[in-house]
Order: sequence, then structure tokens, then C-alpha cells
Amino acid sequence: MPDGSRPVPPPIAMLAELTHRCPLSCPYCSNPVDLARREAELTAGQWADVFRQAVALGVLQVHLSGGEPASRRDLEEIVAAARDAGLYANLITSGIGLTPERIAALVAAGMDHVQLSVQGTRAETADRVGGYKGGFARKMAVAEAIAAAGVALTLNAVMHRHNLAELPEVFDLAERLGARRVEVACVQFQGWALENRAVLQPTRAQVDEAKRLVAEARAARQGRLVIDFVPPDYYADLPKACMGGWGATGLNIAPDGAVLPCHAAQTIPGMRFANVRDVPLAEIWYRGPAFAAFRGTDWMPEPCRSCDRREVDFGGCRCQALAVLGDASAPDPVCRRTPGRAKLDALLAAEGNGPGLEVARWRRIGG
Amino acid sequence: MIPVLPPGVRLHWDAVRGSHVLLAPERVLMLDEVGHAILSRVDGTTPVDVLVSGLAADFAAPVEEVGPDVTEFLTGLARERLVDLHA
Ligand code: SF4
Ligand code: SF4
Repeated sequence: MPDGSRPVPPPIAMLAELTHRCPLSCPYCSNPVDLARREAELTAGQWADVFRQAVALGVLQVHLSGGEPASRRDLEEIVAAARDAGLYANLITSGIGLTPERIAALVAAGMDHVQLSVQGTRAETADRVGGYKGGFARKMAVAEAIAAAGVALTLNAVMHRHNLAELPEVFDLAERLGARRVEVACVQFQGWALENRAVLQPTRAQVDEAKRLVAEARAARQGRLVIDFVPPDYYADLPKACMGGWGATGLNIAPDGAVLPCHAAQTIPGMRFANVRDVPLAEIWYRGPAFAAFRGTDWMPEPCRSCDRREVDFGGCRCQALAVLGDASAPDPVCRRTPGRAKLDALLAAEGNGPGLEVARWRRIGG
Repeated sequence: MIPVLPPGVRLHWDAVRGSHVLLAPERVLMLDEVGHAILSRVDGTTPVDVLVSGLAADFAAPVEEVGPDVTEFLTGLARERLVDLHA
């Protein structure tokens, strides 16, 4: 039987979305389509207070993200505040907006690690996907500056139908730039990416080939490059756990201070989010309605309720259930033990030979 | 062989959980007493054999037992690039 009386553990990680502003416009962006504007963003002082509350709550690592966090001119101040509070400060950036001077200032502020996202390994394709001419060259210059500053670097690549073949080049590029890790994620269909699903969805053959390439590279590059690969779960038979369970390990703060159990939670209709401007973070984590909504196993419908995997995958991703089935409280449609799978299979069959990149809807504020 | 904590990897005391942890890119490793004892001696200059004899003395255990454990622990972390092993 589901057990609702289990104590809620403290969160380990926090994603701080400092801004939704970004000079790029990747069609797979997972930010909400309704982007928050600058006037609504938390100030550096408000972030410092959030960081102190987060540490008291048990958070160990903060991922400073966006949008493009470097779009904030006070990013250095925010990084320093995160370190002062006692957090491990990870910066997730496209590199655009960073200069060698700013990187030096961020290092001085205590930045622990940088995750640099690439839209491709060749200037031509990368700039086309990012929708920003000259972006690739600037990114390479930033990577060199990060390496020169001696900061730990991970290369992040989002793969989709139009660039999966470039995987080995991604690994080469990572090593050339001095990255110790590479994170390859397949596009997740939320936010803007959902609008472009048919354009970006890789084929099953592509995913199988990608898995083979990753296995090969892991063996060949062991001890030099750590490869994290998240295959798209549309082609799996069972769902993945949602970040160790909804409201179990992490939380997200949106640019305006809304506290979300997941970066895509704002797509769920009817869900209300408390704001750090009004409510203490610990109160939101332990008692906020959005966190309670899908925490543990009590909320589950059948067949999850009586399934032996209910505490393994927690019924999978809520946002994927919403995106594919229109119901956030349904089991993840990836699961072959559930009726929702038929809908997902139909979708995959229909989109297997979807249109080219030309028809993608590019991300824009107010777009 | 000299173990080094690479950039982006550091020890931290987690006051909320009452545990030493190793913080690293996208990773948090909860450390037990022995794990912490090993890593707190990793300073980028102390070779493994010196580190082992220090641990053996502190834990009143024979070097022949401590040695392989320490090597296994460090090489495991090195495979994940959480420790660098310099010649
Ligand atoms: S609900 Fe889905 S999108 Fe949100 S964190 Fe969980 S797995 Fe990720
Ligand atoms: S039925 Fe629910 S709990 Fe069981 S595997 Fe499927 S999604 Fe997971």
C-alpha cells in the first residue's frame, strides 16, 4: 500500500532560473512559452536571502541557469552570494555575454563549475539551431577562457533529429576544450520544445545508433571524459523516475521567485506556486500544495498504485503525462503497463518522418 | 602516485544531514568516516603511500590492509574524474 506518512527528506539541489532573457533562440528550449520579463526578476539581494534559506533547508548545490544567466549584469554578485551562503555554485550558460574579464570575476566570486551548452560542433549548424550568427565562434572563445582560468568545465549538448549524427564530434570537441565531462541530453518535450516536437523527435534508429556511439566512446575515453547520456524515453518501455520523485530531491526557483517542484510544472493547469517573496522556502518545500500534489505514492492512480515499480519510477514524469495525455496525474505514457502508451506510439508513428528544421517555431520573448 | 582533487571537486560539511560530503559537477557523494579520512588527506602533494601509513596509524590497522582499500577507493573516484592521480 502507498505510505503517505513517510517523512519528507530535505532537498539536495536547487535550480535558480535567474532570468528568462537569452540572446539565443533554440527551438528546443524548455523555458515556458510565456517568458517572464526583466522587471519581474528577483534582485541579487533577494537571491542571497533565498540561498541562505536553501542552505538551512539542506540544499548543497545550486545550478544558476536561465534563460542566459550572463544576461544579468549582477551575475558575479549572485555567484558570490551563493558561495557565501555555503552552496556549490554551478553555472549553466550558453557562453554568450561572458568575456575573459567576466569569467575571471566569476572565478574570484567562487564559481565551482561551468556547464557550457553547445548547439552543434560546427559553426554552420550550431548557429542555425541557436538562431544567432557568430555564436559558435564566441562560445569557443569563452570555452578557452574558462580552461585558461582553470575552472571545471562540462560540455552540455542537446541532441535531436538534426544533429544526433554529430555525437562523436561532440566528444572530440569536449576533450579539445579541456572538459572533463560531457552531458548529452535528448531534447525533452516541454515548453518551447513541445511546440516543435514533430521537428525535433529523433527516430528509433537514430537513438539506437546514439546509444552505440556513447558505449563506444565511454570505453575509448575512460578516465579522460565522463559521459552522461540521457536517451529519450519515448523509445523506452518503462518511464524514468522524475528527479528521484516529485518534491523529493530538488526544487526550482523561477526568475520571479515562484517555487516549482519541476522546471516544467508551470505547464500544469490549476497548479499554484508559492513565491519566495511571500512564503519561507522551508514552508513551501514541506507544506506547499504544488510539492504535495504528486509527492510520494498517495496521489497515484491504478495501475501505478499497485505496481511493484511505484517507488522506483514514481509513475514517471508528470509533465510528459500532461503533454501527451492531457492529464498530469496519469501514469507516464512511456509505460507499457498503462493504456496511455497507445497514444504515445501513435504519436511516434505519425512524427517519425516529421518536417525539417525550417518550420520550427523559434523562441522569442513576447513571441 | 599523488592524488589531487581536481577543480570543481571539494569536501564540504553538510550540517543539515550531519555528514561530510564530496561536492562535484552534478554529483554529491555522502562520505563515511573512512572516505572522509582518506579525502581529507588528499592535498595535492602527499603521495598515496604516505597517506596510507598515516591512515594505518590513525586507525590502528595494518598497512597491508589499508593500502589496497585506499587504492581501490581512489582509482574508483579517478575513473569518474572526481580525483586525479598524478605520477
Ligand atoms: S515532472 Fe517530468 S519534467 Fe518535471 S522534473 Fe519530473 S521528470 Fe522532469
Ligand atoms: S505502472 Fe506506474 S509505477 Fe508501474 S512502471 Fe508504469 S508508470 Fe511506473
